[in-house]
Amino acid sequence: MKTVAELQAIKQKKGELFGAGMHHILVCGGTGCTSSKSMNIIKALNEKIAENKLESKVRVVMTGCFGLCAKGPIVVIYPEGTFYHSVKVEDVNDIIQQHVMAGKPVERLLHVEADTHEAVHKLGDTEFMRKQKRVALRNCGVINPENIEEYIARDGYQALAKVVNEMTPDEVIDTMLKSGLRGRGGAGFPTGRKWQFAKASVSDVKYVCCNADEGDPGAFMDRSVLEGDPHVVIEAMAIAAYAIGSNQGYVYIRAEYPIAVQRLQKAIDDARANGLLGENIFGSNFSFNLEIRLGAGAFVCGEETALMTSIEGKRGEPRPRPPFPAVKGLFGKPTILNNVETYANVPAIIRNGPEWFASMGTEKSKGTKVFALGGNIVNTGLVEVPMGTTLREIVYEIGGGIPNGKKFKSAQTGGPSGGCIPAHLIDTPIDYDNLIAIGSMMGSGGLIVMDENNCMVDIAKFFLEFTVDESCGKCTPCRIGNKRLLELLTKVTNGTATMEDIDRMEQLCYYIKENSLCGLGQTAPNPVLSTLRYFRDEYVAHVQDKVCPAHVCKNLIRYEIDKDTCIGCGLCQRKCPADAIERTDYVAPGHKLASMRINVEKCVKCGACMEACQKIKAIRKV
Amino acid sequence: MKKNTTIPFDGTPEQEQQLRAVLSKLKNVPGGLMPAMQQAQDIYGYLPKEVQVIIAEELGVSLAEVYGIATFYAQFALYPKGQYKVAVCLGTACYVKGSGEIFDELSKQLNIANGEVTPDKRFSLDATRCIGCCGLAPVMTINDEVYGKITAKDVAGILAKYQA
Ligand SMILES: Cc1cc2nc3c(=O)[nH]c(=O)nc-3n(C[C@H](O)[C@H](O)[C@H](O)COP(=O)(O)O)c2cc1C
Ligand code: FES
Repeated sequence: MKTVAELQAIKQKKGELFGAGMHHILVCGGTGCTSSKSMNIIKALNEKIAENKLESKVRVVMTGCFGLCAKGPIVVIYPEGTFYHSVKVEDVNDIIQQHVMAGKPVERLLHVEADTHEAVHKLGDTEFMRKQKRVALRNCGVINPENIEEYIARDGYQALAKVVNEMTPDEVIDTMLKSGLRGRGGAGFPTGRKWQFAKASVSDVKYVCCNADEGDPGAFMDRSVLEGDPHVVIEAMAIAAYAIGSNQGYVYIRAEYPIAVQRLQKAIDDARANGLLGENIFGSNFSFNLEIRLGAGAFVCGEETALMTSIEGKRGEPRPRPPFPAVKGLFGKPTILNNVETYANVPAIIRNGPEWFASMGTEKSKGTKVFALGGNIVNTGLVEVPMGTTLREIVYEIGGGIPNGKKFKSAQTGGPSGGCIPAHLIDTPIDYDNLIAIGSMMGSGGLIVMDENNCMVDIAKFFLEFTVDESCGKCTPCRIGNKRLLELLTKVTNGTATMEDIDRMEQLCYYIKENSLCGLGQTAPNPVLSTLRYFRDEYVAHVQDKVCPAHVCKNLIRYEIDKDTCIGCGLCQRKCPADAIERTDYVAPGHKLASMRINVEKCVKCGACMEACQKIKAIRKV
Repeated sequence: MKKNTTIPFDGTPEQEQQLRAVLSKLKNVPGGLMPAMQQAQDIYGYLPKEVQVIIAEELGVSLAEVYGIATFYAQFALYPKGQYKVAVCLGTACYVKGSGEIFDELSKQLNIANGEVTPDKRFSLDATRCIGCCGLAPVMTINDEVYGKITAKDVAGILAKYQA
């Protein structure tokens, strides 16, 4: 592409196509919905359209994630904006004949609000969407990610055109500084400052990298951006390159994300074919190339220095800083690394101005944040909210609350580096600094909700097992310290720990935090510290009373048969794999047969008996 | 956790020839070790010790270095996979919804531990990290098929589909 006029021409042409009195049927092609077989729906829709000769009136578009993954596959029909969920291939006939041809919505596929029991027609009117504000995700679920023209029709590459033609690198950096954008990958470092440092480094070669390693197990924001709107990352990286004076970029992406890799590769190829990557972009003397590098599955490679070592083709071990990557990074050259979501905000900031961006959010955390809402919550999926939204709004309004009438216990943010937020802090406005103050952190945006059935000691142990497994082993505090910490935690969950062990754990946590080489070790004890801070009574219950209040830790639970409820049918005895159930000689009043009893010596706590007794419910966990 | 296998190595001379051809090409390429190992894994499906030894000898590096990279990155497998690769997500979102129990049930039914393969090589079992389907948690996969929102009770029925 040589001129801005060419870009405008595509935008206009595509825009007319969008509005030309046609039906557009958008079907989610994100990972969640693809797993729920949305590709079969696209195929069936196209068949039905051909059958009814509607090709000139209806177009089926595969899009990125709409966010409401739990209700997938999701279908949205424009111009009405009707939102259908949990769509099956069998529903396709009604969608075409009833909705498209007869103009009557298919009521049974509409979303029904949990509290009001009312059907909602438009996605934007659902409780799930109403409080959201989409900046980073603005194109996800709106455009076909594999079509560059659709991106251009939504103002794509306008920001890049403006930057290379009208702005100096310093003006770009100034805009980023004014916007207040902070890194979305974890630590929240101001993006403009990072770019400023790299620009100040003098070197003939500099690199721009994108962190798409998304290591937090239980988070998929970056994946959804890459799957739903890959061009936004390309455009932003080109802008960053222009600002710091670089001509080469790398996206480091997990190999476990095949759909994202494939769509990003296609987007890069299309951008290059259209002259939006390559030499002399928009006729300027700015050139930029972009390549993908695949991760091979190591959490520590999300850490910036380790990521760069891995791109160089070595064991992805971190190295001490300074020197910071802005001075000496990839291949020893000045390098910036930003997260996918950080980049996804950049073009909008250039187009709408830094004041627009800074008008959203809190004093020190501007803009919006995407969260992957998961765990024990009704609306699992992807949400984007202004910084400063409270946890209560996210969990109860957007998330629809906790299923099965259970009680909210805690929300975990920041993944293996973060902490648990207890129920009494549910009204905390979420931003970088508030989360740090309450012992958690923003992290990349995983937000896992836990209810009364989750044991907090078990959760801490879960995260620590993860970090022990992923520790690269280079430094001793992390390699051995975390291992010891895990052993102590295991003692707690086994019921063999003492109160002194809890004190030792706490000391060890601080030791590991202070002495580890990289962010992995420095944050690994956080899940333990935060659960000790807010759920100490659960630790004490495991240690002193030898009980797991949530009935999770196997060693500390027992199964019991209530002798007066038991009808003596013996079903449990037949199901028990350990021969641990025997008949007593007690016949409860009103029952014919003697009740059963569990021999705790023999019991292996598999729970088969309780399962077998679901009708009578005489067996419970204590 | 990485585990060594109890299944005997059954590489063919053709495979070894292919491997040596790859290695002779990558011998003098800087940073060629990782691509060599990736291609070796493509040939054999995994990286048994016998193969690691050949790579180390041909590329003139120590076995420890090869083993070091093989165990550093989760992508490299030291054991063969089954015809049906069963994987359970133990990411956070799935874990809090009980995927641990699903894993235990699979382990019990298949009678193998994490990272192992059944003696008939029909099934292998792995615990994985988030596969990005948290909205469907808890999830398990068999080859490319994703099973979401399941409970331990569903396991037997799902496996039955793959049993001859
Ligand atoms: C152990 C560890 C894992 C990390 N994993 C990721 C990750 O998966 N994705 C990410 O964007 N940042 C991750 N980070 C943060 C990066 O080091 C880096 O700060 C970030 O990518 C910078 O981009 P930002 O300023 O745009 O946030 C990780 C850090 C540590 C210490
Ligand atoms: S945690 Fe299991 S798919 Fe994300």
